[in-house]
Amino acid sequence: MTAGWIDAVLPWVAGVFVLALLLSAWRLLRGPSLPDRILALDTLYINALALLVVLGMLLRSSLYFEVAMLIGLLGFVGTVVLSKFLLRGDVIE
Amino acid sequence: MNALLDILMLVLLVTGAGFALLGSWALARLNDFFKRLHGPSKATTLGVGCVLLASMLGFMRWGQGSGHELLIAFFLFLTAPVSAHLLVKAALKRWPQAAPKPPG
Repeated sequence: MTAGWIDAVLPWVAGVFVLALLLSAWRLLRGPSLPDRILALDTLYINALALLVVLGMLLRSSLYFEVAMLIGLLGFVGTVVLSKFLLRGDVIE
Repeated sequence: MNALLDILMLVLLVTGAGFALLGSWALARLNDFFKRLHGPSKATTLGVGCVLLASMLGFMRWGQGSGHELLIAFFLFLTAPVSAHLLVKAALKRWPQAAPKPPG
């Protein structure tokens, strides 16, 4: 009986994450300085990862975890590289 | 037992979505970079961790459980402070006057 609640709630959770994505996209476009934009990108990929996990729950498919893990790994590398570039003016010295 | 698991999942999902929205709202709303950094690095990480935990409970309940979500959550909790630290270092290079005075 309660399993129906989960399926009823999941689209709303996905909607909340889309809202969070839009807020961070707004900061990405608006952000007055470069660190702001990098932070917005960081938030964007984490929210996208969570949205993919929610989608995987909705579709009962465990395939989406691999995608989420890849996004997590590559997003972290992207954030580190961009911050390093701002910090030193070069990525690999 | 299953009902208890469902209620726990529900609570985790709602809490997670709320915290993720709070983090992004803070990012969009606050007026200074050093204030904005708090939202995504703490609230969003907690929110996504809650959603990943809920997903793990759900897939355990639906009979195709795996440890992948825990792996993602662990990686996320490991990397969020590192990226926040690097971002602060980059921002302090840009605005050196924002650094607090050394003690003494």
